[in-house]
Amino acid sequence: MNNYEMMVIFTPVLSEEEFKSIQKKYTDYITGHGGSIVHSNPWGLKSLAYPVQKKTTGIYWVLEFAGPSNLNEGLKIQMLRDEQIMRHMVTKLDKYAVEYNARKRSGVPTGTEKAEA
Amino acid sequence: MAKTNEIKYLTAIKAEKPKKKFCRFKKYGIRYIDYKDVEFLKKFVNEQGKLLPRRLTGNSLKYQRKVSDAVKKARQMALMPYVTDLLK
Repeated sequence: MNNYEMMVIFTPVLSEEEFKSIQKKYTDYITGHGGSIVHSNPWGLKSLAYPVQKKTTGIYWVLEFAGPSNLNEGLKIQMLRDEQIMRHMVTKLDKYAVEYNARKRSGVPTGTEKAEA
Repeated sequence: MAKTNEIKYLTAIKAEKPKKKFCRFKKYGIRYIDYKDVEFLKKFVNEQGKLLPRRLTGNSLKYQRKVSDAVKKARQMALMPYVTDLLK
């Protein structure tokens, strides 16, 4: 059971309930294939740093989940097939990353503020 | 007798020593660099959006690599531009 973090950019023309239903589709996929959702964090509409597929804005969604290692392949195929997804990235989280995310969610300072200097 | 101020030194006078650089990750005990934290990553990137070398950021090799990985992931997910002007 490794920890993963998935970030997905959807096309901005998505309506609210479509956005919800797609989130639900993928969370069901993950839980259906033996994974477990740690934290879902939709950022919503954000402007992109450079145009992707001729669009300058996108809806971001960050999902942290734990799952067996063979889950990501199927997930990737699902996302490649889905046209509403412009870009996606699944990263593996090591133990420091998991601890960082937990601290960031619980409001404990994660140390990067100290390093702002 | 040559006056003291005419003496030519063989080696240049030592320039004023720049501020001792330290690796902020080791000093503040940061273990993970989040690619989503764009404000923090902007410190390691110059105006054109290019990565700063270690001699300017003062990072140790291990954390400089983590910073570059995080910046490349942020660029991939359109959180940071590949090339721009006046990013700051």
